[in-house]
Amino acid sequence: MHPLRTGTPGERRLLLGNEAIVRGALEAGVALATTYPGTPASEIGDRFYLIARESELSFEYSTNEKVALEVAAGAAASGLRALCSMKHVGVNVAADTLMTLAYSGVKAGLVLISADDPSLFSSQNEQDNRYYAKLSGLPMLEPVSPQEAKEMTVAAFELSEALELPVILRTTTRVNHSRGVVTLGEITPPRRPGRFVKNPFRLVMVPAVARQAHAILLAQQAQAAARAEASPFNRQEGDGPWGIVTSGVSYNYVKDAVGELGIDDQVSLLKLGFTHPLPVELITQFLQGREKVLVVEELEPYLEEALRALAQSRGLNVPIQGKAPELFSRLYEYHPSLVRRTIARHFGVDHTPAEPLDPAVVLGSPLPERPPNLCPGCPHRATYYAVKIALQDLGVEGIFPTDIGCYTLGLLPPLSMADYLLCMGSSISTASGIARATGQKVIAFIGDSTFFHSGLPGLVNAVHNRHDILVIILDNGTTAMTGHQPHPGVKPPPPGYEGVHLDIEAVVRALGVEAVQVVQPLQYAKTLEAVKAAVSARGCRVLISRAPCILYVQRLSGRKKTTVFQVDSACRDCRQCVDYFGCPALHPPLTGEGGPMVIDADQCAACGFCAQWCPKQAIKAVKRA
Amino acid sequence: MESKVKLRIFCTGVGGQGTLLATRILGEAALLAGYSAQVSETHGMAQRGGVVESTVILGDLASPIISLGEADIVLGFEILETFRSLNRCHPGTLVVTNTATVLPYPVAIGKATYPPVDRMLELLAQQVGRLIALDGVALAQQAGSALAVNMVILGALAASRRLPFPEGTVTAAIRTQTPAKHLDANLRAFALGQEAAG
Repeated sequence: MHPLRTGTPGERRLLLGNEAIVRGALEAGVALATTYPGTPASEIGDRFYLIARESELSFEYSTNEKVALEVAAGAAASGLRALCSMKHVGVNVAADTLMTLAYSGVKAGLVLISADDPSLFSSQNEQDNRYYAKLSGLPMLEPVSPQEAKEMTVAAFELSEALELPVILRTTTRVNHSRGVVTLGEITPPRRPGRFVKNPFRLVMVPAVARQAHAILLAQQAQAAARAEASPFNRQEGDGPWGIVTSGVSYNYVKDAVGELGIDDQVSLLKLGFTHPLPVELITQFLQGREKVLVVEELEPYLEEALRALAQSRGLNVPIQGKAPELFSRLYEYHPSLVRRTIARHFGVDHTPAEPLDPAVVLGSPLPERPPNLCPGCPHRATYYAVKIALQDLGVEGIFPTDIGCYTLGLLPPLSMADYLLCMGSSISTASGIARATGQKVIAFIGDSTFFHSGLPGLVNAVHNRHDILVIILDNGTTAMTGHQPHPGVKPPPPGYEGVHLDIEAVVRALGVEAVQVVQPLQYAKTLEAVKAAVSARGCRVLISRAPCILYVQRLSGRKKTTVFQVDSACRDCRQCVDYFGCPALHPPLTGEGGPMVIDADQCAACGFCAQWCPKQAIKAVKRA
Repeated sequence: MESKVKLRIFCTGVGGQGTLLATRILGEAALLAGYSAQVSETHGMAQRGGVVESTVILGDLASPIISLGEADIVLGFEILETFRSLNRCHPGTLVVTNTATVLPYPVAIGKATYPPVDRMLELLAQQVGRLIALDGVALAQQAGSALAVNMVILGALAASRRLPFPEGTVTAAIRTQTPAKHLDANLRAFALGQEAAG
């Protein structure tokens, strides 16, 4: 049995924040879960996937976040408790659904997990999704720890059903990806089956219905506000004249700072966890007792602005500060010593922050960086190389709008095959815009999962509006970067996976693209020729470069490699491999004395690609020892 | 008693070295010993050659991450990454490091120079409270599994007496958190790490 389904109530376990959310959902009797993978939310879907295979839970990896939320909404409208998880930018994709779902409401609880990413550990922006609660009018909870994430998930389902509104559970990376002690509760079996009861003049959002629904939403918000006042997730700790207001992971930094500065008696801390609607009476009472107030929140001044407006409307003139050049930044995540020294400075507490060591200063020279790279044997590297050489041979410069996935690592030298990136699916449509504006040779790179996620409308548009672009679909058969989750084109499917397979070539042809070719990128000569032909042609062209993700295949088969490649004495140190290809397994001899390039046997994936174009044919396969 | 303990352990290495398993074992050991524990992880870059950092926070501390200059213990699985983590250290920090090198790609292609290992060890010893440096790969191989470097490091850490619980708690966590078929090799590697730490 999956570990998250086991255990006795009261048992304490070290769980990842994401695991705690899954456990909380099981304890609340979740019946259906959907997701599109995205860091830092991915483990939620991955755990549900395994649990669904052995229980009554329904789970799917949906094509994108909008679809995921809509599937969950349909279930919740039919009386099944549903949970939908995604990273912060995923909510942008689901936003159209979310905004009007607030009007139609839900019958059974629906919880949306928005996993934000301050400091952009793996994202294209660090937008602050608390504003989605404000924009949609929906209730929002923010946990400070894995334990609270579990409690809030359970509470969110109850709240959602009491109000008949979806509830947003907003986390950040440091809660999703931290393990903390969690006390288990009792798992509730899901209520099944659902039943959709007709109520079209409440659920079909034409203007006449929506006008009523908006008024209903405002009434639901008033109820939510009353619940926020009474919520155990909002509480005042201490009663000193120095007020500190905080939510999310920052609460932990504040707790430690107040303890370490020895100012427990001077400080009154307002911990907010039910953060939309805000508990205005609780906050007003808090503000009334303070000399000055510091708001400690990562990213935007969401709480700070609400507090300032509230103070003004209640006639309170206590100074309230948060974002300021000498206080807190809107950039990036916070950490313990930053919060400690800012609190000390703001309240005039004696504190000398220690100067951390700088290893470069200690050493007397900068340290080498260790950038991430595509894996040895990755077919994306092979595709990029073929395109690079094709353009070189043709004497043509390419412009490369790219997209989101492992292949985005093609940005880095020596490949340097990325020129423009906004968001999922933007490669094809921005390529269209650039091509129309310039007449330059534009080649869009998009992955297979990304293609299904949001590449289809852009490709339809390119065909219909006659855009002169080459779209290269990098098809490695999996959603690799986030942990090899399946998608509609997954190949091979994970054991026992029952999703219907969609063939990308068939889809592309069905969308009206006439110039379509499929290549195996590890077959260099054929791929090079196909790329040259595609680059030289005009109109909307698609090249599908298809070979499995090397890690995915290894993970599924567990088979060890039997061959490895080596460089022999025919090598003339021309550096073609190092300067244009950049496989991490292949590099100059470390002794620095010159001589043939070296292939690291432990890293070599035996893909055989470099052997096909080495100008001296110096690379050969040998049996592994 | 529990509330007097505040221990911040920073762990760094490259993909494939088992750093996340090591911090998870420490977290589980702390739980067994009745301490509050938090473990933070960075995900995703392990397979792609980047740095993998994780932290274990024990006792009466709420923050799940460690600021620069505030790690009480640094566990380094690769010597350059250990040295890079000097910015997490303060004069009292205990550093337990593997001396093995994994060349970053810019070094491998001649675009950067890997600092001499002896020089890095010398500077580390000067800057921190105590340095335990060992050839984790050799010891792991001696124990029968080249992949057990993380167990060697944990053994050395246990021998340092800086943990608020005995070595038996760590080995108990190893038993529950690692596959049974690797247990003998893992425990041997742990013991070799303890020995090497003196």
